[in-house]
Amino acid sequence: MNTSTSRSIQTIVLVLIALGLIGLALGGYLSSLSRLFINPVTSAQGWITSRYQAVQSILHASEDTTVLRQRNVELEAEVSRLQVQIIELQQQIADTKILSALVDFARANPEYEYQAATVVATDPSPFLQYVIINSGSDNGLRRGMPVVTQQGLVGRISGVTAGAARVQLIIDPASSVNIRLEPSGAQAMIAGQITGDITLEMIPQEADVKAGDLVLTSGLGGGYPANILIGQVSGVRKRDQDLFQRASVQPVVDFSQLSIVLVITNFEPIDYEPLIPPE
Amino acid sequence: MLATIIAIPVFGILIILQSTIINRMALLQGTPNVLLLTVVAWALHKRVRTPWHWCIIGGLVYTIASSLPFGVALIGFIMITGVTLFLRRHTWQVPLLIMLILSFIGTILFQGICLLGVKISGNPIPVMDAIGLIILPSVILNIIFAIPIYAIISDLANWVYPEEIEV
Repeated sequence: MNTSTSRSIQTIVLVLIALGLIGLALGGYLSSLSRLFINPVTSAQGWITSRYQAVQSILHASEDTTVLRQRNVELEAEVSRLQVQIIELQQQIADTKILSALVDFARANPEYEYQAATVVATDPSPFLQYVIINSGSDNGLRRGMPVVTQQGLVGRISGVTAGAARVQLIIDPASSVNIRLEPSGAQAMIAGQITGDITLEMIPQEADVKAGDLVLTSGLGGGYPANILIGQVSGVRKRDQDLFQRASVQPVVDFSQLSIVLVITNFEPIDYEPLIPPE
Repeated sequence: MLATIIAIPVFGILIILQSTIINRMALLQGTPNVLLLTVVAWALHKRVRTPWHWCIIGGLVYTIASSLPFGVALIGFIMITGVTLFLRRHTWQVPLLIMLILSFIGTILFQGICLLGVKISGNPIPVMDAIGLIILPSVILNIIFAIPIYAIISDLANWVYPEEIEV
């Protein structure tokens, strides 16, 4: 046989082998055999790829780190800016809520004219319970004007400058307010305490006072307008040998959280001292 | 002159801090008094030559900001400065210890004078309650605040009165 004939035979044999293998593979007879070859190959491919990626990441690490750090700084700055914005918005929401409540209070009590003011400081002496507000005589404030919040009575103005005023809180030990108890209608007086509490004094022995009774200004004495809420009776002390009953009061105003207050500007306190006969 | 002028912004800043932030750091009803501690720390510094100027300015600033009867705070500051200068002259080089002792004595003296002034003006504060709820807690807080204030005021005094070097 010549060379060309033997090559043709080899080609035909190879084609037949190939066709046979394809036929076997299509028939599913080579799956176990192919698994034997493919599994190690894919494992090897996976191992090489992971190592290649590791080497590639090391080579590009410095470049990526710089970009990431820069991006991190930008994002941190953005987070800080947004946090400041959130705090500002929360503050605005809180102020809006307070102002909304104050507007509701003013609508509910239309007989008075109000001047809103912000509490800016407290008295440096721990013996006194005073706050400083940021409105003064330029805003029409005068000494003796009552100060309230949407919850109730805060105190009254004890000193005024052009741009600020000093408010004596009803919890100041030197403060006293004539009050009326509801529903009994009994008249009494509240006095501030050094502890920042309020006590109810001079309650007549015959008055029927219970915990939960409302404490409102009576208007007697001319220092405060009538019917402003002060608090609720939280406990009563009645002893037969005493001339008067005493009680403790839970104020409705949280004096540690005062931020915005209303000054009643059309209330003229009455100075009745000249009418008191000399002793 | 600089030492006196600088007292005005220093006490201005201190009274703002006192009436806004520091007053809220209360223990029972007692609060620290940074103006008092500043006057003591300034008077205690060995090179300071203007302790009375700082005392008067501090006392006036406190008087203006407070509703205490007029002059009570100033009298308190003057007495504490006097005690401080007496101790500075009669004790050896232990200023930090003296600062702590003066914070204790000074607070009791100052708050005692304030209490007396308030009582004389007709405020019905019970004395025993005032001691237990205001004066003693204020003593503790002032002792805590004494060390950082002493450090800051010493630095300020060293800047205003630099140490003279003999050549």
